[in-house]
Amino acid sequence: MGRTLVTVSDLTVRFGESTVLHDVDLRLEAGEIVTLVGPNGSGKSTLLGALLGGVTPQRGRIERAPGLRIGYVPQRLVLDATLPMTVERFLRLPRRTSTRRIGEALERAGVPGIGGRQMAALSGGQFQRALLARAILEEPELLILDEATAGLDQPGAAAFYQRIEEVRAETGCGVLMVSHDLHVVMSASDRVICLNGHVCCEGTPEVVAAAPDYRRLFGEGTKGALALYRHHHDHTHTHDHPKDAAE
Amino acid sequence: MTRATLAGVGTGLAAAPLGCFVVWRRMAYFGDATAHAAILGVALSLAFSLPIFIGTLVIALVMATVVSLITGRGYAMDTLLGVMAHSALAFGLVGVTFIEGVRIDLMAYLFGDILSVSRVDLAVIWGGAVLVLALLGWRWSALLTATLNPDLARAAGIDPKREQLVLTLALAVVVAVAIKVVGVLLITALLIIPAATVRPFAATPERMGLLAALVAMLSAWAGLQASYAFDTPTGPTIVCVTALLFSLSTVATGLRRGA
Repeated sequence: MGRTLVTVSDLTVRFGESTVLHDVDLRLEAGEIVTLVGPNGSGKSTLLGALLGGVTPQRGRIERAPGLRIGYVPQRLVLDATLPMTVERFLRLPRRTSTRRIGEALERAGVPGIGGRQMAALSGGQFQRALLARAILEEPELLILDEATAGLDQPGAAAFYQRIEEVRAETGCGVLMVSHDLHVVMSASDRVICLNGHVCCEGTPEVVAAAPDYRRLFGEGTKGALALYRHHHDHTHTHDHPKDAAE
Repeated sequence: MTRATLAGVGTGLAAAPLGCFVVWRRMAYFGDATAHAAILGVALSLAFSLPIFIGTLVIALVMATVVSLITGRGYAMDTLLGVMAHSALAFGLVGVTFIEGVRIDLMAYLFGDILSVSRVDLAVIWGGAVLVLALLGWRWSALLTATLNPDLARAAGIDPKREQLVLTLALAVVVAVAIKVVGVLLITALLIIPAATVRPFAATPERMGLLAALVAMLSAWAGLQASYAFDTPTGPTIVCVTALLFSLSTVATGLRRGA
């Protein structure tokens, strides 16, 4: 705990004429769950792209801890219909792994026993969990999720985020996620960063939800939704929900 | 005849697994553009008295590189590739007529002339096949990861651009190798038809690559036999065999689904 995984300083990214991100500073520590929120076009995905190395910034620095292992769960993975792929084979990309470890990762992601199925035959929830299982297999120090619950309904998304918290508790990895499910994601986070071209506010979920900048972007309603979610979240803890409530 | 068989089988062996990537990444037109440009390479080889293999390899490489540079820059890809593929072909055809003193049989380059394969050609074909297979085998997992999603690859420390380059290089080698066997107009067929044929029977990418190679080799052999028996041009006959196998596979899959 406490190791700094990524330090972003003074980051500016332009695509052609438009400045997507400017003057972004960001630090990610091991063991913390950080959520990026922001309206459409606020640069969330661009920031993740820059962290992964696919987007070249015009200015600023991105320092990764030496040898940092990243597990990445994309927003959507489009498998071309012509590409046959079992879950097990997918989990072996790009590195060979033992069948035992694959079984463990699937279990940890909440989808035990689906190794032999075709990726294309999975439901939305199972597919996202298979992506999570693959990311876990990388033994990541930093888990990056880009709107990983975009295709899931709210209970499905809540169950998914609960999985993330469990993975963090078990492995001690840092987590950076982008989400639209404001109320679902906020309480699962240690720290929330509200992005709108720049970092307009950050802090614990309560601090951000109360910040004027945040309320200007998302309206007053979300604070109520946060409280609502807290209730819902407690609920899933007290009752022993079946693992696959998502499906 | 033995030489021709070996040439066909070697080409099929190299083309089919690469063809799987062409299918998965939807690069069929990319293959066409590279292959058609090769006729320009033939013209240049003749003009500078170079071996055909060298000329076609260089031009195919240039074309494939230009196309992959343009990829992902927001152009309307199919239109642009159509322009490049066919203008390269046209310039190649016109260019060949300017070369004085050489009366060449254009048909041999457009549709292949497998029966005239020399020992040297055979060595080039198998050398190229081994090179392509080694390249694909070495980068296989990285290529697959990059094919699935570029960011997924980057997170795992793989540079998707480098993998694209590997495919580009392999494609240029296959084009240069296959020109003698099926000719520039039919190379794409040899790349994608075997892969499409075996898709319903493969559960993993590896099995698809392997089955596609088997189908391509079988087609090369059977096509050669058929062209001998019916006195038909060999390159097109080989492609006809793969097309027939594709139809069989499609019908069989349809029946299996219907049952």
